Amino acid sequence: MASLKALKLRITSIKSTQKITKAMKMVAAAKLRRSQEAAEAARPYSERMAAVMASLGSRITVGPESPKLLAGTGNDQTYLLVVVTSERGLAGGFNTNIVRMARKRADELLAQGKMVKLLLAGRKGRAVFVRTHRDMILDTLDLVHGKAQKFADAQAIAQQVIDRFNHGEFDIAELFFSRFRSALVQEPTTVQLIPAALPVAKSAEPAVPAGGPPPAAIEYEPDEEAILADLLPRNLGVQIFRAMLENQASFFGAQMTAMDNATRNAGDIITRLTIVYNRTRQAAITTELIEIIAGAESL
Amino acid sequence: MAETLHFELVSPEKLLRSGEVFMVVVPGTEGDFGVLPGHAPLVSTIRPGAIQVFPTSMNDVPERIFIDGGFAEVGPDGLTILAESAIPVGELDIEGTARDLAAARDALRTASGEPDIAAAELRIAKLEAMQAVAVN
Repeated sequence: MASLKALKLRITSIKSTQKITKAMKMVAAAKLRRSQEAAEAARPYSERMAAVMASLGSRITVGPESPKLLAGTGNDQTYLLVVVTSERGLAGGFNTNIVRMARKRADELLAQGKMVKLLLAGRKGRAVFVRTHRDMILDTLDLVHGKAQKFADAQAIAQQVIDRFNHGEFDIAELFFSRFRSALVQEPTTVQLIPAALPVAKSAEPAVPAGGPPPAAIEYEPDEEAILADLLPRNLGVQIFRAMLENQASFFGAQMTAMDNATRNAGDIITRLTIVYNRTRQAAITTELIEIIAGAESL
Repeated sequence: MAETLHFELVSPEKLLRSGEVFMVVVPGTEGDFGVLPGHAPLVSTIRPGAIQVFPTSMNDVPERIFIDGGFAEVGPDGLTILAESAIPVGELDIEGTARDLAAARDALRTASGEPDIAAAELRIAKLEAMQAVAVN
């Protein structure tokens, strides 16, 4: 049985750990709110972008002349997996879940005899892939932690993806990140970046109130193809930016849950240790009393 | 004049402006165009330059906002401009732009290979547009 002093020390140490996890939980909750707001603020842009892409998509037939970002290279030999993880840990299974999904996909592709290349954003994914798929990593990029995600960062990643695509380094690109469902639920998700999947238009032309004049045809300046060629790289940046924002929100959600569990766990341990401590103390007192009484009787 | 144009300026990070205005002049890739209420549906790319917002009438002093390329969409519910960055012209840093421009020109001289040259040229074009807007 541990000595009284050792028990007391352990209880104090766990109490201070609990204070830290409690504080981290509250910080994560505050940051979660902020990153949710950031994700909300980014919505109008990507919605408009998707709407325009959809209306363009309905007027264009994908053919060999279409931009390569849309039509693909006509090949599917080499895959690029862009994996977005977080910069920090202590968020439960958050990074593990994303990485596991990406790794499963990579192994699946390898089993089919495809080539796989990896582009990692965020420090936490790197540690895992360095161990298992070291020779496939093209580059790793750091993200900002905590602060608002910058669109410029997303654009830099998008630019790198496009450059590599234009150099023929890969045929198909997929993006892995964690979709934010709620503070408690994060869902590892994969999205195909290249060739771009055009969102399906709900209706090709904007809806008009019944009885109104028929909708005027949308004029494109320059033509549809030129706009599409300009939009596709932008759209890639927007998709990556959205992934970064969702990932950030998911990260804080996961961290909040993880820290909440840790706090509760610490509380349980403290209760258990306190009981042991009190019992030990009581046992010591009883022993002393017995000794004193025995001593007094023998006199 | 009862009708107004609903105008939205959106960047990837947030909705920058949303409101009712009289007219907006947009620097399209194929030339500037003014958008008044009831404009025909149009989608156009934008070259780097200043958009001009006329709040209530033609005679207003337009509010000028520098836009780093993007695209404009005119639909039944007004004009939406999607831009990666938007800076009010009054806040443009003339000296900083001149410095960046000089640096970019240096980069072009030393650049080798197709993509580097193209990137440097794009940057110079943006900075030149920024400078032209800022000085006027």
